[in-house]
Amino acid sequence: MRTIGYIIRKEFTQIFRNKSMLPIIFVMPIIQLIILVNAATLDLKRVNMVVVDEDLSHSSRALVSKFQGSPFYKIKAAFFSVKEAEEAVLSGDANVILHIPVHFERKLLKENNVSVQLLIDAINGVAAGLTNAYSTAIIADFNKDIRAELVTIPIPDGMYKTINTIPYYWYNPQLSYKNFMVPGVLGILITMIGMFLACMNLVREKEIGTIEQINVTPIRKYQFIAGKLIPFWIIALCELAFGLTVGKLLFNTPFLGSIWLLFSFSALYLIVILGFGLFISTFADTQQQAMFVSWFIAMVFIMMSGLFTSIENMPNWAQIMNKINPIAYFMRVVRMIVLKGSGLKDILPEFIYLFGYAILIVNLAIWRYRKTA
Amino acid sequence: MQAIVAVNISKHFGETQALKDISFEVNSNELFGFIGPDGAGKTTLFRIIASLLLSESGSVSVMGLNPASEYKVLRTKLGYMPGRFSLYPDLTVEENLKFYATIFGTTISENYELIKDIYSHIEPFKKRPAGKLSGGMKQKLALSCALIHKPELLILDEPTTGVDAVSRKEFWQMLKRLQGQGITVLVSTPYMDEAALCDRVALIQKGSILSIDTPQNIIDAYGKPLFGLRAGNMYNLLLKLKEYENCSSAHLFGQYIHSSFKGKFSREELFSYLNSNRINDAEIIEVTPGIEDCFMQLMEHNEPVSI
Repeated sequence: MRTIGYIIRKEFTQIFRNKSMLPIIFVMPIIQLIILVNAATLDLKRVNMVVVDEDLSHSSRALVSKFQGSPFYKIKAAFFSVKEAEEAVLSGDANVILHIPVHFERKLLKENNVSVQLLIDAINGVAAGLTNAYSTAIIADFNKDIRAELVTIPIPDGMYKTINTIPYYWYNPQLSYKNFMVPGVLGILITMIGMFLACMNLVREKEIGTIEQINVTPIRKYQFIAGKLIPFWIIALCELAFGLTVGKLLFNTPFLGSIWLLFSFSALYLIVILGFGLFISTFADTQQQAMFVSWFIAMVFIMMSGLFTSIENMPNWAQIMNKINPIAYFMRVVRMIVLKGSGLKDILPEFIYLFGYAILIVNLAIWRYRKTA
Repeated sequence: MQAIVAVNISKHFGETQALKDISFEVNSNELFGFIGPDGAGKTTLFRIIASLLLSESGSVSVMGLNPASEYKVLRTKLGYMPGRFSLYPDLTVEENLKFYATIFGTTISENYELIKDIYSHIEPFKKRPAGKLSGGMKQKLALSCALIHKPELLILDEPTTGVDAVSRKEFWQMLKRLQGQGITVLVSTPYMDEAALCDRVALIQKGSILSIDTPQNIIDAYGKPLFGLRAGNMYNLLLKLKEYENCSSAHLFGQYIHSSFKGKFSREELFSYLNSNRINDAEIIEVTPGIEDCFMQLMEHNEPVSI
């Protein structure tokens, strides 16, 4: 125990002596939170629309003003031919064309049935889908209004019964993307700190040759690995606390669950991640190799973890692959605790799973670390 | 009692054979040197003895322990100083020493007597990061760290490589003093002049031991008169000597070419040969052979070197 304690002390002395390390550890979360949470959003904020109104009637103007009234749409220009409008989309000035055909109003009145055309720039599929959904909703709304306006005969009660759905979004009632992102970004942060720092640290000992001197000492393998794991474990937990505070101050993200539960789950998760880093480092001889491999693994894990896209929408094989992705467990649980207020009982399966994972990976790292070539 | 007994150890790295059937014994409390050029296999051999590498065949016993299986006990009795500086460059002198003392379960004050001579040289700089020390001071610190747990055997892999002449001399005096305190010292060096300071030396080349003996016996075994030659154009002289049919060896050693001859040496014959090759300003003196001459001779015996 005394030996482990001394190795930990040595690591901290080295970390704090490294002038560039501390700023990285504490500036990184702030920058990451500010940039990622604000920029990486899937909210639809502004759709640039161009209108081709070939009817120029009362009804067609009513439809256009419906779009104008929506906070998401901005009518950039009105053209008289679809060709001109298409050029606006091609040059990137507009994302969507609303094409109202001739005799729009007449058909509406006489045939009670008319079509309008929406041409959407679908380079970004997600945005295009959202634009379509929003536009359809606006047109449906227009439909309802126009009917009320056109039917002049009083309708007896109960004749036009429509079903109105008023959605209520649970756990994130305002559908705030920030609330969704802050816990996720914090997860990435502690993952990167844990995995990279631990991995680099051990490989650095190899690179500068200090491992040679350590290897002839009576230090046991588990003591050495523990001495490498614990300092970065402590740093990553401090980082999480720091990040949560910054998130609260900057974005006022809600925190429904128990903070202790979050920290104990994070503590367990970090052992897995640090174990991963140390395990990788036993294969690498240079910091460059270690960086490359851990970056690759972290990248795949993070992209698959459900940080941006939900795991349920991934193909089946990807969902199965995610069973070995520790970050996916963490992303799920951290959001459950923070946004949903889940208790220990709700996250118990993940807890048990990560516990097994931690034991496995740390033992693998100890087993792979050789004192004798 | 033998400190180290090695019998027929071999080690390959891929295609290259680093060690070929090496056998030797090191006596207790001996200052034993391995002398050989870079790539001779010295580091590989030391790593096997220090339990950092496993040999493929043969057996090693270090202080009665097998480095492959009893490494846990062995590592507490062993001080190893790798050829490359391998202390933490970002920790200070004092922190490095304290770190190694602690992981060996001891303290600086407990064994201060042993390292006092060496450590006192660097103690004024104890707050300086180890990476910022000069080459000689780094070696003294590394030696202090290797000694802090009072090892019975000290293994030093090329401790004086890259160290200035004065520090080298000092370093060897320290090794002598450590031997005086009952420690067995195993040291390797590419410098032939350091061989004379060892009790016994092993000359090693391409993974094989050429000879093991006291430095004096190795020199005595040279067995031939050796001459030093000098002329205005040294390179031409060397070429012509190598072409001379009676010449058995010719190597450039500083200002002179050390050369030995077959059969009975005749000065007149040599000079007439040189004159006929238009070398008229040659001088010749008799020299006593050094370890390096012996090494060259042994090397040529084992394997003719063509230049």
